[in-house]
Amino acid sequence: MSQKERKTPLVDELEKGPWPSFVKEIKSVDNPKAKDLLGVLERSYQDKIGHWKHGGLVGVMGYGGGVIGRYNDLPDEYPNVAEFHTLRVNQPSGWFYTSDVLRKLCDIWEEHGSGITNMHGSTGDIIFLGCSTEELEPTFAALTELGFDLGGSGSCMRTPSCCAGMARCEWACYDTMGLTHDLTMEYQDELHRPPFPYKFKFKMAGCPNDCVASVARADLSIIGTWRDEIQIDQEAVREYANSSELNVLEDVVERCPTGCMRYNGQLEIDDENCVKCMHCINVMPKALAPGKERGATILIGSKAPIIGGALLSSVLVPFLEMEPPYEDLKELIEAIWDLWAEHGKNRERVGEFIQRVGLGNFCDEIGLDVAPEMVIQPRTNPYIFYEMDTADY
Amino acid sequence: MSTSVKKRVTDIGPPHYEQFLPPVIKENYGKWKYHEVLKPGVLVHTAESGEKLYSVRAATPRLASIHSIRLFADLADEFSDGYLRYTSRNNVEFLLTDPDKIDPLIAKLGAEGYPVGGVGAAISNPVHTQGWIHCHSAASDASGVVKALMDELCDYFTGQKLPAKLRLAFACCLNMCGAVHCSDIAVLGVHRRVPKINHETIRTQCEIPTTVSACPTGAIRPTSVNGKQSVEVVEEQCMFCANCYTVCPSMTLNDPEMDGVSIWVGGKVSNARHEPMFSKLAIPYLPNNPPRWPEVVDAVKHLVEIYAANARRYERMGEWIERIGWPKFFEMTDLEFTKYHIDDFSHAGLSFRTSLHFRHQ
Ligand code: SF4
Ligand code: SF4
Ligand code: SF4
Ligand code: SF4
Repeated sequence: MSQKERKTPLVDELEKGPWPSFVKEIKSVDNPKAKDLLGVLERSYQDKIGHWKHGGLVGVMGYGGGVIGRYNDLPDEYPNVAEFHTLRVNQPSGWFYTSDVLRKLCDIWEEHGSGITNMHGSTGDIIFLGCSTEELEPTFAALTELGFDLGGSGSCMRTPSCCAGMARCEWACYDTMGLTHDLTMEYQDELHRPPFPYKFKFKMAGCPNDCVASVARADLSIIGTWRDEIQIDQEAVREYANSSELNVLEDVVERCPTGCMRYNGQLEIDDENCVKCMHCINVMPKALAPGKERGATILIGSKAPIIGGALLSSVLVPFLEMEPPYEDLKELIEAIWDLWAEHGKNRERVGEFIQRVGLGNFCDEIGLDVAPEMVIQPRTNPYIFYEMDTADY
Repeated sequence: MSTSVKKRVTDIGPPHYEQFLPPVIKENYGKWKYHEVLKPGVLVHTAESGEKLYSVRAATPRLASIHSIRLFADLADEFSDGYLRYTSRNNVEFLLTDPDKIDPLIAKLGAEGYPVGGVGAAISNPVHTQGWIHCHSAASDASGVVKALMDELCDYFTGQKLPAKLRLAFACCLNMCGAVHCSDIAVLGVHRRVPKINHETIRTQCEIPTTVSACPTGAIRPTSVNGKQSVEVVEEQCMFCANCYTVCPSMTLNDPEMDGVSIWVGGKVSNARHEPMFSKLAIPYLPNNPPRWPEVVDAVKHLVEIYAANARRYERMGEWIERIGWPKFFEMTDLEFTKYHIDDFSHAGLSFRTSLHFRHQ
């Protein structure tokens, strides 16, 4: 079928409406790959089924990650998307760009691929969607010439990502972008050559608001927090109290989850009972700020359902100072990786590994002292694996 | 090849972010004092120095062509000295220092079809996955469902009409790229037919022991078909998770009539007030009905409207439901509570009620 004749009435419907249209995006590129992509999608809308085959082993030389192989199951009808691989391009921390660098990325992708991207993929990479096998190396060469590199895939460390942190947010309790760049550079080998039983993700959030969903989406969640008193500007509190927008008692004091606040013309916080939830700070940003003794909580193990069910990350280190060169953190990361790489089963995420071996044993093995902050409560189940050789309790 | 003259470089990592930061950010890095929402989609951050940064946030469809990225580059040159960023939810943000340029920028973005909003008590841009655009596992399309949903819900993005922020997410299979399982409302593609086994290809495409052990419920057994090694699936034990398909392309679950989506509610990731929580099942199945998925759009809109009308200020979907109780939620939303709503996997028992704390109506 010639390109021109192809009609796509079902997907065309999605050009209408107030929300930005991905169909318009695809149509905006004058490229045979983009045209066939639209054709395949129309076909899926008719058939109510996808037309992509399981990936294959493709990549750039020397890397075991960064490229996802993808083939179409109707290559005769849509030859231009018969090979439609994905390149994961490691984004700059915080997803900041200049117009200049974006244009250069576009030029590369116009020359070598479909002209279609995701800004960005779920893990945070720039996604170049739709590359033929033979264009992978030339695209990679052009990217590295521009100063970019590929991100992770498969059983690699996945591309770390972070919130804008100190670049724009007054609540950042550590430098999320700095740490993200640092870890990404330190662990290039783990990013590009799969050393693990399964994927390993990092997400850095600057405060307990967790704008990057670190607690739900990262094997290691590094979430900023503080451990001294919330900083209060009483004058600014009174301004909020006098404004019509906020009722300090109802909207702030009564919403505090621990009931540790009082307001009587003067805001008092019993900081020993504050659980650093951020609510009061979120609603009175001009009056309140996280304390000055800042760092991060390290949590481990979150994942989507595959294989043994979804997990949120749970506390591993209640508070860690976060200053470059982040030696304590890196020591911890490497201890975790050593243990899990050796004893984890194929396709077992670190969270599932911990479920299997027990958090207590896991901490023993990586040389970390256990702490009551790690659990909601001590166990209620008396089936205890007492160890015969430790007589001291 | 002409590139062969150049030395091949690897492992250089991403470019350092500093070269992409506008001067106002470089100077005030780590020294921001507070921020305000000027209007929907527009934030102003004030630094200790008194300098101000204006961020104008617009939705993108995540799937972006080089055409629209170049358009954003041009807009950045015109309005924000060439500086912009993306958010974790696929919004683009222009980073302005001149407040007089805010309204002209919003007007231009609007004219090009990119609505400004997604800040504060609004629906932000839904995170979503690849769907039929690119993935082999997809039980539904991603971009299409999200587009259909947001065409109906766009006013909740551009205005601030909700009790609190509402995070909407879509994933096209249980792999959940983008982990949508902690969203206020999550739409999740589901398969409902046991894997179809291709007995011809399985011996060459798959390792039988790996395939058998990939199944979390032990539903897959080695067998022989016409004297050749293959596997069989115990139907009653299959929960359609597609783990087998991930390791073995000869076991496909995709099915035009049986595939569709489920809807989950009440998750959150922030620690504000309530601890982070998973989303819970509200609707076990709705059909795929492209191009506009009317059943899904109606269901989500219904949930949003009931939440908007009944939750208290600052109360996220999950906090609201916890306050009123799940029986009341099902009553108010007129959704049927079925046996599918009761967990029966590994941690099932944790969700059974042990108390007599009912709100009898
Ligand atoms: S996670 Fe906290 S520090 Fe980071 S952008 Fe969000 S509110 Fe700011
Ligand atoms: S941060 Fe949360 S717990 Fe602490 S005082 Fe504010 S509302 Fe209360
Ligand atoms: S959620 Fe599933 S179907 Fe969707 S892109 Fe991810 S793996 Fe593919
Ligand atoms: S879909 Fe899941 S439960 Fe069903 S056979 Fe495959 S792995 Fe087992």
